[in-house]
Amino acid sequence: MSLLTVTDLKKYFPTYTTKLFRSEGAPVKAVDGLSLSLEAGETLGLVGESGCGKSTAGRTILKLLEPTSGKIEFEGRDVTHAKGEELRKLRRELQMVFQDPYGSLNPRHPVGAIIAAPFEIQGVTPEGGVKKAVQELMERVGLNPEHYNRYPHEFSGGQRQRIGVARAIALKPKLVVCDEPVSALDVSIQAQVINLLEDIQKEQNLAYVFIAHDLSVVRHISDRVMVMYLGHTMEMSDRIGLYERPMHPYTQALMSAVPVPEPRRDRERILLTGDLPSPQNPPSGCVFRTRCPYAQERCAAEIPLPIELEPGHIVACHFPAIRNVI
Amino acid sequence: MSPFLHVNDLKVHFPTDDGVVKAVDGLTFDLEKGKTLGIVGESGSGKSVTSLAIMGLHRGSRARLSGEVLLDGQDLLKLSDEELRSLRGRRMAMIFQDPLSAMHPYYTIGQQLVEAIQVHEKVAKKAARTKVMDMLGRVGIPNPNKRIDQYPHEFSGGMRQRAMIAMALINDPELLIADEPTTALDVTVQAQILDLMRDLQDEFGSAIIMITHDLGVVAEIADDVLVMYGGKCIEYAEVDSAFHQPDHPYTWGLLTSMPRLDRLKQDRLLPIAGNPPSLINLPPGCAFHPRCAFREFAPCACDEVVPDLLESYPKHDSRCHIPVAKRAELFANVIAPRL
Repeated sequence: MSLLTVTDLKKYFPTYTTKLFRSEGAPVKAVDGLSLSLEAGETLGLVGESGCGKSTAGRTILKLLEPTSGKIEFEGRDVTHAKGEELRKLRRELQMVFQDPYGSLNPRHPVGAIIAAPFEIQGVTPEGGVKKAVQELMERVGLNPEHYNRYPHEFSGGQRQRIGVARAIALKPKLVVCDEPVSALDVSIQAQVINLLEDIQKEQNLAYVFIAHDLSVVRHISDRVMVMYLGHTMEMSDRIGLYERPMHPYTQALMSAVPVPEPRRDRERILLTGDLPSPQNPPSGCVFRTRCPYAQERCAAEIPLPIELEPGHIVACHFPAIRNVI
Repeated sequence: MSPFLHVNDLKVHFPTDDGVVKAVDGLTFDLEKGKTLGIVGESGSGKSVTSLAIMGLHRGSRARLSGEVLLDGQDLLKLSDEELRSLRGRRMAMIFQDPLSAMHPYYTIGQQLVEAIQVHEKVAKKAARTKVMDMLGRVGIPNPNKRIDQYPHEFSGGMRQRAMIAMALINDPELLIADEPTTALDVTVQAQILDLMRDLQDEFGSAIIMITHDLGVVAEIADDVLVMYGGKCIEYAEVDSAFHQPDHPYTWGLLTSMPRLDRLKQDRLLPIAGNPPSLINLPPGCAFHPRCAFREFAPCACDEVVPDLLESYPKHDSRCHIPVAKRAELFANVIAPRL
């Protein structure tokens, strides 16, 4: 039994026309048919450009957003429409680390109170008292436990992200969704936080859904990677399969665009033209076809179904082909 | 023949109630036309302050500037506000990180670009508008005749950055300073913008200063690299040399803390310990010493003596007490296997 199974998850946001009478317009299809599964202790990377629905997917999985349709199963239980007391209990197991280390911590609360909040909300009294538990957590994430009474503004960005991690792991959850946890940090600090996340994962057998736009970071931390575009899954595979043998043109375009710290290396670059289409009015057939360099007539007519081309390597494309782009 | 841009011992100090913030403390570099200099550093290393100082945008603030910024032999720090204003936007221009806040939300893209032309040249509005339209097309904005009358908020992030580049290039500047121009953009758009900057450099022969924290971007676009730490240059080299024989423990730290797309290995990253220093209270001696993993190899006290910027190899300077031969050995044995 997988820790988490998501089947055909959809999240649409309604829109309204601003005419005299409010009437409903075409919904924004932020996540449109996402399926995935996750084992305990595993990291699934979710990559894509801004607007591809990766954050919405993460939030919907955690039930911070109500899914439009589809099914979310956690440890075999259907939690798609969990609410109230059931949802609150579920939150012990499911936590989140947010991108913005400034916006996600209440500036009026001292760090001790921020990290103690999960205990308070869940009515849990840890062994040895809340204060001791909080100080242990602070020590665990590399903060000085004596800074218990300090406020978030007294910490640097990297330290704040550590506070966010401490809060997320306070209740020993089984799954943590990390939404761009390191993208706001300096390179040297980024590595510190990545190492911390990896260490904690090993200690507690945590599963991560790691949402990021940085393909290098995702390559480093993930066991499996899913590439999203306009709310759809383009490709999913284990780390090596995806990076060594990418088959979807979008994955290849993304990878070929990442600058590599090695001067004068000639790489084939797949340049995408134009901008992301509107998720309110996605292209027919394959959603990527308007920017795909290999698009043909069939791509506009038929939606490509995800096909398992290698064991565990799923591609949604009519014309998949391995191209070496790194 | 003196170089096109020569910055000599530039210092930008901000007096505050808590002491003097030495944001840039003795920076020297040269840049020729048609070349790109990449300035790399973490937040607070002084890279943006440097660019603002060159553009003369610290005037009217409390900053104390000293040293020389020679553009074609003319010292920009000694010019009057009037003279500087006639240079800014015409001979030198800047691209900012966040085009949404760098552009005026109340005026259309067209109005802002036309103004940029008319400030420097006496041209009829119609002629200026044609020029703007042409420029918008050249930076890859589709339908320029429609886009020209739109407001900044109607543009996507990538398009807005293109409009910003069009504004910077509208008067064919010889010096272009780009301060993190692609940081807020997606990788695919970043690749488009970097390609665009390279093409435009080929066309106009401008000198570019590219300020970034991303070593990948630097490797891709720069001819020379300057690494800053705590307001000082700690390594300055040609791009090949900088990446194949990096010579400062800080540069090593930056390289080993980056996960790489082009490596199969999934070894633990080697981050730099600690946090970047506060500029108001820089560590004594070498500003990097509290975070340096190799200070035991220095023959003198790193926490007392400030190292000089010395030539380690031809056209490759660095600022470290550890002897050059020892550094080469450490890089080859300890760092290179981890890259």
